[in-house]
Amino acid sequence: MNNKLIISLSPHIHGGNTTSKAMHGVLIALIPAFIVSLFYFGLGALIVTITSVLACVIFEYLIQKYLLKAKSSIHDGSAIITGVLLAFNLPSNLPIWIIIIGALVAIGIGKMSFGGLGCNIFNPALVGRVFLLISFPVQMTTWPKPEVLSTHYIDVQTGATTLTLLKAHMPIDADYTDMLLGNMGGSLGEVGAIALILGLAYMLWKQIITWHIPVSILGTVAIFSLLIGIDPITQILSGGLLLGAIFMATDYVTSPMNKRGMIVYGIAIGLLTIIIRQWGAYPEGMSFAILIMNAFTPLINMYIKPKRFGEVVKHG
Amino acid sequence: MLKTFRIGGIHPDENKLSAGKCIETAAIPEQVAIMLSQHIGAPAQAIVAKGDHVKVGTLIAKAGGFVSANIHSPVSGTVTKIDSIIDTSGYSKPAIFIQVEGDEWEENIERNDCLKTECNLSPKEIIQKISECGIVGMGGATFPTHVKLSPPPGMAATILIINAAECEPYLTSDHQLILEKGEEILIGTKILMKAIQVNKAVIGIENNKQDAIELLTRLTIKYPGIEVCPLKMKYPQGGEKQLIDAIIRRQVPSGNLPIATGTVVQNIGTAFAVYEAVQKNKPLFERIVTVTGKSLNSPSNFKVRIGTPIGQLIQAAGGMPEDTGKIISGGPMMGKAVTNTDIPVTKGCSGVLLIRKNEAIRKEMSNCIRCAKCVFVCPMGLEPNLLMNLASHALWDKAESNHIMDCIECGSCSYTCPAYRPLLDYIRLGKGKVGNIIRSRAVKK
Repeated sequence: MNNKLIISLSPHIHGGNTTSKAMHGVLIALIPAFIVSLFYFGLGALIVTITSVLACVIFEYLIQKYLLKAKSSIHDGSAIITGVLLAFNLPSNLPIWIIIIGALVAIGIGKMSFGGLGCNIFNPALVGRVFLLISFPVQMTTWPKPEVLSTHYIDVQTGATTLTLLKAHMPIDADYTDMLLGNMGGSLGEVGAIALILGLAYMLWKQIITWHIPVSILGTVAIFSLLIGIDPITQILSGGLLLGAIFMATDYVTSPMNKRGMIVYGIAIGLLTIIIRQWGAYPEGMSFAILIMNAFTPLINMYIKPKRFGEVVKHG
Repeated sequence: MLKTFRIGGIHPDENKLSAGKCIETAAIPEQVAIMLSQHIGAPAQAIVAKGDHVKVGTLIAKAGGFVSANIHSPVSGTVTKIDSIIDTSGYSKPAIFIQVEGDEWEENIERNDCLKTECNLSPKEIIQKISECGIVGMGGATFPTHVKLSPPPGMAATILIINAAECEPYLTSDHQLILEKGEEILIGTKILMKAIQVNKAVIGIENNKQDAIELLTRLTIKYPGIEVCPLKMKYPQGGEKQLIDAIIRRQVPSGNLPIATGTVVQNIGTAFAVYEAVQKNKPLFERIVTVTGKSLNSPSNFKVRIGTPIGQLIQAAGGMPEDTGKIISGGPMMGKAVTNTDIPVTKGCSGVLLIRKNEAIRKEMSNCIRCAKCVFVCPMGLEPNLLMNLASHALWDKAESNHIMDCIECGSCSYTCPAYRPLLDYIRLGKGKVGNIIRSRAVKK
């Protein structure tokens, strides 16, 4: 026996789960929604998504190489997810230069300035999206009308989203079937309810996320809508609610770390979303609600603890 | 629905390579080294000196306190020296070295295989006998059994739980022991029930051992009061607190011993050792050891004399494979990586596992992505990521208030971390420091 033995503490085996596996799982879950967006928004959806992903990955690479002088982490897939999620939150006729600014803010300010993956407080894609919404309000709220396999990009026909119409007390032009399939105006990745729910099912099956955040958001929105007398189904199926509840609020880094905390976080997001939609200046409140609760996540982690073994002392 | 514990847990690959392999008797080595500290508590005091002749079963070291255990010679021969040898901890510790000559047993040990069902001793006499024979917990914790059977004043046991979960991957020694010595185990269980004066015992066993479950269920018809409870497979089911929760749905309050819920838990190997001690007068000097590994020629279950170097067992199982990167005493989740193959088998050694080089090297860790997987799998409901951060920043008071001492070191957190963070390493560091702080505080008072 001349080969040396390795000494380390237990456990001596690993389950094989890795950060990049989890990230790739999320990307797979995003595929159905991407197909829906390609179907209804055509070329525009493709250009916006590719631009956003490329810009995010390149910015992360450049910042790590030249500013931080650190090892590149683009292989973990998290920059790709940020790129896809940012694109999903944009209208499909947004000019390329605006998308690039959004990607720079998302990766540069939202993620790398905090120290990269795992250190950011706010969801990077939402930071980029909200920055654009405030900076370019006109371009960010000019929604293309769905057109099957469209070959238009900037020159597409535009119209209002369901939530804008609701806000203006005008009759909405999409019925439930349209909403489920994605045949309505909106950001390119948020329209297809069924596709998004398929993504949720995949992530639950693969145990990438747990049900706690999406279910508590959707449940709260439904109950709160009923209480204040608005149609809960329209609320859930319109705007970024499903995209946010399934893919944005469940972001590992910016959401609480135990099941009790996740439920509190989800309920708060649900309430804030409806409050902003109903009484705020913007027709859509999901992004703001998630960002606000991102800021509360450290506090939730500090005060809401997991259920401990032997915590409830019960003497027999 | 099968029973299981309620918080956390993981499902590692079983890899029970040596399942169904009959127990073979390992050859007696030419020289054995008997560690003086092979149990929790004070080391035993050697009562033999260089040149003394001993037989198999001769008392060679006496318990060094109440929480300690007697040690008996596993071989016959001459004591050559009392010197130190590196054990599984990686440190040199004192041991008695015996040169083997023949195989002559103490006359009072019954060496026949015939079943002896009746036991007319009083509870006190049983515990006395167990103490004399140096029985310790055989599951790996090696807590002296006579201490566990003597509840502190004011506490009484209502139920005995026999731990046959064997939730560690690879290990099969308990499984095989049940298949070959089922009836002896049940008699041992009866004796343990008498010792703590309870009339109910439950054998907790994971349902990947169907043949053992069937056998025990059939045999228990003859032994009223003993019940077999199949459990859903989940690690760490064999953790004492987890097993109690799985079987009687009660959680041992934080900081308390299992007796606070009226339970005494004993390993199935211990039940067999108790049978041999009480009925056959045989002290604990041999045990079943699984020798296994993916590259090993013939993974096996051996009956091994204490003090046998593990290298000899690896030889008996086909020799050390070329690609061995790590040798582990125990299972892959909680076992200890050893530094060489001269390390002697001790009373708590349930397995010798060879891990291939490619699996033995830890991957580089990356940033915590706060996925909370470690929180979900922690069977004690702790926050491993937080405890690691606190320990790495030496924030011991915060680590204590976040219940770092509740950690049972099962390793589920490190096993599951997608960023390969060494969570348990840091938590162990924290437990050591916090434990010292708590003890020094108690001394001041």
